[in-house]
Formats: sequence, structure tokens, C-alpha cells
Amino acid sequence: MTGVQDITSTSKSAAAIDKARAEGRAALIGYLPAGYPTVEDTIAAGIALARNGADLIEIGIPYSDPVMDGPVIQAATTEALANGFAVRQVFDVVAGITSQTDAAVLVMTYWNPVVRMGVDEFSRRLAEAGGAGLITPDLIPDEAAEWMEASDKYGLDRVFLVAPSSSTERMKRTVEASRGFVYAVSIMGVTGARSSVSSAAKGVVAAAKEAGAERVCVGLGVSNAEQVAEIAAYADGVIVGTALVAAIRDGGVEAVASLTKDLSTGLTRK
Amino acid sequence: MAEAPTAGSDKGPMDAFLQGGSLKHAPGPYFGPYGGRWMPESLIAALDELEDTFEKAKADPDFIAQIAELNKNYSGRPSLLTEAKRFAEHAGGVRIFLKREDLNHTGSHKINNVLGQALLAKRMGKTRVIAETGAGQHGVASATAAALLGLECVVYMGAEDCRRQALNVARMELLGATVIPVTNGSQTLKDAINEALRDWVANVGNTHYLLGTAAGAHPFPAMVRYFHEVIGEEARAQIIEQAGRLPDAVCACIGGGSNAIGIFHGFLDDPSVKIYGFEAGGDGVETGRHAAVITLGKPGVLHGARSYLMQDDDGQTIESHSISAGLDYPSVGPQHSYLADIGRVSYEPITDSEAMEAFRLLCRTEGIIPAIESSHALAGAIKVGQRLAAEASEAGAAGTAAEKIVIVNLSGRGDKDVATAAEWFDLLDKDSAEAAIGKEGEQL
Repeated sequence: MTGVQDITSTSKSAAAIDKARAEGRAALIGYLPAGYPTVEDTIAAGIALARNGADLIEIGIPYSDPVMDGPVIQAATTEALANGFAVRQVFDVVAGITSQTDAAVLVMTYWNPVVRMGVDEFSRRLAEAGGAGLITPDLIPDEAAEWMEASDKYGLDRVFLVAPSSSTERMKRTVEASRGFVYAVSIMGVTGARSSVSSAAKGVVAAAKEAGAERVCVGLGVSNAEQVAEIAAYADGVIVGTALVAAIRDGGVEAVASLTKDLSTGLTRK
Repeated sequence: MAEAPTAGSDKGPMDAFLQGGSLKHAPGPYFGPYGGRWMPESLIAALDELEDTFEKAKADPDFIAQIAELNKNYSGRPSLLTEAKRFAEHAGGVRIFLKREDLNHTGSHKINNVLGQALLAKRMGKTRVIAETGAGQHGVASATAAALLGLECVVYMGAEDCRRQALNVARMELLGATVIPVTNGSQTLKDAINEALRDWVANVGNTHYLLGTAAGAHPFPAMVRYFHEVIGEEARAQIIEQAGRLPDAVCACIGGGSNAIGIFHGFLDDPSVKIYGFEAGGDGVETGRHAAVITLGKPGVLHGARSYLMQDDDGQTIESHSISAGLDYPSVGPQHSYLADIGRVSYEPITDSEAMEAFRLLCRTEGIIPAIESSHALAGAIKVGQRLAAEASEAGAAGTAAEKIVIVNLSGRGDKDVATAAEWFDLLDKDSAEAAIGKEGEQL
């Protein structure tokens, strides 16, 4: 496993999380769907995220069958597709943000668009664009042989998900397969803001750490600074999606900037 | 799980089969390079629990007896095997036998699978089942099983399909189910599956997803096939009893492919039996408006399985089109993709027009109104019969066409399709309420 260790030491996601840790706080991870409402807007919003406190940025690829997403993100990605978004444009978004900021930029994608382009080809282009890696909501390590190989070849992070329902055995397997960080799903459900973050999240983080994870970030349902603070107390990073998508929908890039600034106030560990 | 091999045509398994290997009882998760579990981690524990419960149930004589009892005294099995002599005159003069799944309770093969899965849900201590439905057949079957076994039932159905199939919505509600119209995406079957999966992720503790076809993540393809294997087992025994030998060909229609894999299974290990799956050719495969997934699709992952898939160059799912809502699905069960690649089963498209001609022909020659889904298999059987007759005549043995035997899986009855058919054949007064319903149904 020495080869993998070498790559871990150069993981862009791990470096971004470790930098936040050194500052005594959790990392903030913001999600934006590519091409919503336009590719240029996504780049501008990504830069605004990075300049207002986000350490990592997730760029989602709009997909025809987003089974893990709630109504807000579905509506946004459906609109992006209707506006003619093409998968290759995700690399323009990643390059547009990484050329202007220091944030680690990951792509979050359902698996079929990657299969269609070719796992190796997709990985090569993502690495060329300066991307940090992939978050894969419907790819489990059991099916990831091709992605394991390509991510090693191009030095990309592979962020798999763990859930409250994951068995100890699966938790271990998923943690071992991951690089950069492990994405802990806080609740059983799809994306969307919720008034309170389930207490299950803390248990999932603890189980992932128990299984050997060095960095665990929590997502699903986080929408305000209070929830960020609650999670920052025990997780290495806090992931915000739907609230940011609603912000860009309702107030454009400026609203993304101000929400990010507000969210980042919750990061410092008390 | 074993590592999945890469997709591609591979005749190796077919050679092994011809040398005496078996294609029956393939356990999954992989069928060659197809199948697997392309699913969110949140659902893996539920899939593991389902697989475990299913494996134990299969080995439990009580479970086997329970299924057998329900099949016999509730569904009305065994279903008949009926020779269609007047219909066969239009198929080159070969003998055609119909496997009468249309006579089952609820009017199609769907009941076999829902009873099995509802029993498994009870075994897992789940109190709620959810299901997707296109035209409503699987929704009605699920609501039926839930009523019988005392389970809460929620059915997801595209909003557009709800409007077009208002009577089936009423039928499900009469049976105590809640029907939720899905307004996302294209508002059709695939979007109903997406919404059911979202429900399952959020409620997996008390809920079983009663998937209606032999597709999706492991163990669904192998499990749904298991509950439908009774179709092929009965048909094989019945044809031997009635005709004294195995058929020359077996035909079925393919949407997700559950009725087909059920009847195919009985004959997979009989090399002399040619097997045909007929996909929905819609307006014609050249028009792009079709559901000929194996004929024209490319391997990809959707709804948990790697299989042939209608998709664009970006991997986005392409809308399928068919007059038959039951065949209107952009992917197909993974075992069918495998059987296509190794050449054991031939898959061919049948257009809406060809299916409707076969529909009318069966009505008028046999007094049986078939489902439009099953009419694709009937249209295919006509082609297969004519080919068998031509081969017989080329071989120079006069009269041998009449010795050829074709079995068609008549997977469902056509009561639900009367408005669509009446509109297609222009049988309705322009001003009638039925004409309005039929017009909408025609766009299915």
C-alpha cells in the first residue's frame, strides 16, 4: 500500500481539510450544480464560494435520473440539462475555479456519465482541469475497480459515501477504498435542507473514524450556521448543498457569497 | 461480490453451454459483465437483508409451500397452455401454443412476483411496501398482494400516466393503496422508479421496495426471475404433455423482461429450443421513437444494474416510446443483456403497427383480447412461424411446417387496453368520452 500512501500525501482534498484543521476549525464544503443557470455563473459562484470561506467545492454534473437528490437540486439540474449542459463542460467549470482560487474542487457525479465517457478518459480530463477527485453517490467500492485504477493513475481523490445503515464491515471496506475524505450521509434520505440535523450523523462519523478514517465530512440537510457549528464540533468538514443552490436560484452569485460568509462563522470549534 | 468483467460480446459461455453447461438458475449479482449493484450506500444494507431473507426462504419448505398454495388457490395456477389453431394459420402454418398468464388473478404474470416479494417483506418484518408502475398493472398487482397480506402500499406513478390510466388509479385505491403522482422529469415509468428509490432511501427501516421487473440491483433480477420461473416450468411440462415434445421456439415480449425471463428459464438448457425476445419498436427503430434497448442501446448503469441502456453520448437516459406502457422502459434486465451477448436468445424489435395487427388477429381468430405488451410477442411469433415454415420448405420436406411448434407467453390480458385499441382501429364515435380517453392512451 506504499503507492497509495504517497498519493494520499498529495491529496488536494486532504490538504484543504488539514489546513482548516491547523486553523482550529472544520472545513466548509460547498456544492453547486454545473451549468445552473449557466456555466459562467457556476464558475463565478464557485470563485465566490472560495473567497468567502469554502475550503472545498463540489461541482455536480446534472443527470437525467438523480435518485439521491431532493426537489431543489433536481429542479436546478433539470434546468441545466434543458439549457443544453454537456458533461464535458464540467471540466471548464473546474478549470475556471481552480485557475482563480486555491480551493480543492471535486466533481460529484452519478456514475453513468463517467462510464459513457470512459472512466480513464474522464479521470484524465478532470486531472488536467486541476480537479481534486470525484464524489460518487451511486458507486460503491464493490463496483469501483475501474475507478480505483484510474484514480491511482491520475492522482485523484475518491470520495465514497457511508450511511447510518452501513455495517461495520462495509464501513471498513469503504473507508479503506476512499482517499481525501469519507462522505458521511447524516440522515437516511435524499438531499434537501432540514430544520434539524439528525443525531445519526455523529454516530456515522464515530463509526467511520473507528474504521480508520482520518477525515470525515458530513452532508445532507445542512442549511445554516447553527447546523454548521453543531457538526463542526465532531466532523472534519461540513457539506452544504441545497441551501447554496437555493441561494444562487434566488439571489445569484452575490447570495452565494453572503450565505457562504455566514455559514463559515459556524466552523470554529468551541 | 466478484469483480465484474468488462462488457462486450462473448460467445465463450455459449460454447460451454453447448458442451453441456447450464444457463439456468444464474444467481447474480453478475450475468457476464451485467447486473451488480450500482446503488447508493444507504440502500446496500437493505439489499443485503433482502438477499439474505430470499436465500433463506428459497431453502425453507414452509415458504415454498406458501408460494405454491397462493399460486394455486389465489392466482389460479397452473395457467393454461392453449393451442391457437386459427391464429397459427397466419404464422406459416406452424403450431402455436399460448401460455395463458392473462388468466391469472389481476390479469397478468405480475402476480407471481408480487406475492413472492410481499411474503419476503413480511418475513423481514416490514409493514410497508412501495412500488412503481407505468400503465398500472404492477401497481394493481402490488396493491392486491398488500391487501391480501395486510401491508401498507404506496404506488408511484408518473403524473401523465395517472391521468391516462385514471381507472387503474381508482383500482389501486379501491384495493387500499395510496397512489402518488410523480411530476419530476418525464413523468413516466423511469421517473416513478426514481421517486420510489428516494422513498426507499428515506424509509428503508420499515419499507420494502417491491420492484416490478427482473431489473435493478442485485438480488432483484435473480429474485424476480425466481418467482416467475413457474411460467417456464409449467409451459415445458404442458407442451410435452400436449404435443409430446419440446417446442422449436419460445417467444415473449421484453420491457424490463420479467415475463420473458420467467418463460425462457424453463427452456434455457434445451439447445434445440430457439428463444426470442421482442422489444418495443415503437414508431420504428429508424425514427428514434422506440424502446428497442438491446437492439440499439449501449451498456450503461441505471437504477442499480449495468445493462443495455438507451442513452445519449453524455450518458443521459433517452426517453423510450411505445404504444405499450408496460414495455416503455429505457433499460432491460441484466440477464437479458447477457443472453443477447452470448447468442442464446435473439432480441428483435416489433413496431406499434405490427403489435396492433397481431392484437386484432388474436381477438378475431381466437376470441382472446391480449395485452398490447403481449401482442409484441404474438407479432414476433408470426415472423418466427413464417421463418420456420420457410426453413421447412427449403429443406424440401413438404408438410413439415405443421410439425413445428412455437410457444408464446401471453403475459397479460387486454382489458386495460380497450380504449387505446378502439382509438387505434377507429372504432369510437368522435364525440364519445371513450374517444377522448383512447386518444390520450394512444400516446402512451
